[in-house]
Amino acid sequence: MSYQFSSQSVARLDKLLEMFPDKRSVILPGLYLLQKEQGFVDREGMEALADKIGSPISLAQVYGVATFYTLYNKKPVGKYHIQICGTSSCYMRGNDKLEKHICSRLGIELGETTSDKKFTLEEVECLGACGYAPMVQINDAYYENLTFEKMDEILKDLT
Amino acid sequence: MAEMKILTKFIDDPRSNELEFYESVHGYDGMKKALSIAPEEIIEIVKKSGLRGRGGAGFPTGLKWSFIPKDIPKPKYLICNADEGEPGTFKDRKLIENLPHQIIEGMVIGAKAIGANKGFFYIRGEFNKGIDSMQKAIDEAYAKGYLGKNILGSGFDFDLVLYAGAGAYICGEETALINSLEGRRGHPRLKPPFPAVSGLYRCPTVVNNVETFSTVPHILDKGADWYSKIGTEKSPGTRLFSVSGHVKRPGVYEIELGTPLLELVNDLCGGMLDDVPLKAVIPGGSSVPILTAEECKTANMDFESMAAHKTMLGSGAVIVIGEGTDLVETTYRFARFYAHESCGQCTPCREGTHWVRDLLHKIKEGEGTSADLDLILSLARNMEGGTTICPLSDACVGAVRPTILKFKHEFEARLKDKAGKEEEPIPAQTGV
Repeated sequence: MSYQFSSQSVARLDKLLEMFPDKRSVILPGLYLLQKEQGFVDREGMEALADKIGSPISLAQVYGVATFYTLYNKKPVGKYHIQICGTSSCYMRGNDKLEKHICSRLGIELGETTSDKKFTLEEVECLGACGYAPMVQINDAYYENLTFEKMDEILKDLT
Repeated sequence: MAEMKILTKFIDDPRSNELEFYESVHGYDGMKKALSIAPEEIIEIVKKSGLRGRGGAGFPTGLKWSFIPKDIPKPKYLICNADEGEPGTFKDRKLIENLPHQIIEGMVIGAKAIGANKGFFYIRGEFNKGIDSMQKAIDEAYAKGYLGKNILGSGFDFDLVLYAGAGAYICGEETALINSLEGRRGHPRLKPPFPAVSGLYRCPTVVNNVETFSTVPHILDKGADWYSKIGTEKSPGTRLFSVSGHVKRPGVYEIELGTPLLELVNDLCGGMLDDVPLKAVIPGGSSVPILTAEECKTANMDFESMAAHKTMLGSGAVIVIGEGTDLVETTYRFARFYAHESCGQCTPCREGTHWVRDLLHKIKEGEGTSADLDLILSLARNMEGGTTICPLSDACVGAVRPTILKFKHEFEARLKDKAGKEEEPIPAQTGV
């Protein structure tokens, strides 16, 4: 069965379609709505989005956009998506050590999800918080100036 | 030395993001003035102030605005580039989270100047706090009549829409940003035509940085002469610098342009972390050439001094590197960033950035040879100077080549053939 957006998302999509001179602009915010609903973007959802935006937007165009941008999860992630910044300023303040620490705490390697589906850990490029390194983003929030102790506290609170 | 706070004077107040507070500190006064004068006059004031764009290229803002054609029937668009993502750069985020009304005010002024009735605030998707802060401010501004139809009875209309990017550094490049706003992949466009002629939805468009818009209200409020007297002759005003790396107090600092680099590092940032000696500074974001500790002694934070040192102020990101830092590893991580963020349109960038990254990886693992080092420099020559649509591959070269040339001994020390040669037994003299 094809994907069905919630009535709330449909209302939002209708509003978005009025906001832009070209309805193609709705692809990016539409993908965000899809991701908010199910945690990731998949083919069925993208097809539903393309149908909602309507001709001439096709699944191929939505798919092409979704695969270009890194913030759209193309597969399910854990309840808490931990993204650790791996760029040089963070490296200079010890992100590599923090990364190993999180891996050992969660018992997973980079890119993996814990068996209870609670945590996914990924290394990402610059998150624009270089002065507050090392840092991670967990779902929508930034956690900065981290130490092993602070990180343990955060993980404990989320468990 | 102290900071010279113009844009950030009230940034630390817990209410700085609220409309009522912003109005109580002369907020929206600059906009009111702009609404009462002709567009040409606004452009003239901004031109006279000497303000140069704060996104990276340093192009004069007033001049950019003046490129918008006046008598064509198409709509005109104004975009705020809040897609901050250059490694080392985190200044705009603070303005977005704490002073959103200052940006909105600057955008209304810019819109009036170019005759745009619709604008977009394109913010990087990771900045969730900033997205909330900005949307709240936009809603407040609409409710107060600072946005929308017939702003404060002036007859001028301006609608502002917030648009979140989705994780692509390249969308900070203005034409890639425009493509992204149109719901496409963030592929930069060939120029010309420039956005001023054919930008968003093929209409005349101006794209300015968050800090640029944040500066404009102060120029309108206090005048071009006041502004142009701050800073240096060719780099007027103050600038926000985001300092990261090995300093005691990293963070965002607003200083007068022309301030010596070491005063920023030693006075405002409290000097080197753990008092290690300074090894190098990248003065304007990862894409600009690195300065050695010796070069830092004479470098000032302005466009001219940086040009004299063959580097740039770029996006205002100062990355301070202490003795003991592995420059091979940091350079590899920069190259990895550019390889990850290349949009893939142009071969020199798509292939070059990945190749450079892989070669640096080999070298850092002790598996490289001097031929690999030479190959990086050879690749670099083919990745720069107009071989690609946008400057992302030039940025990769800027992050890699100067570091290899200035700190060559560090890279050479990691080469396999060098280590191998040292271990090779001296051949026995056979005699003839």
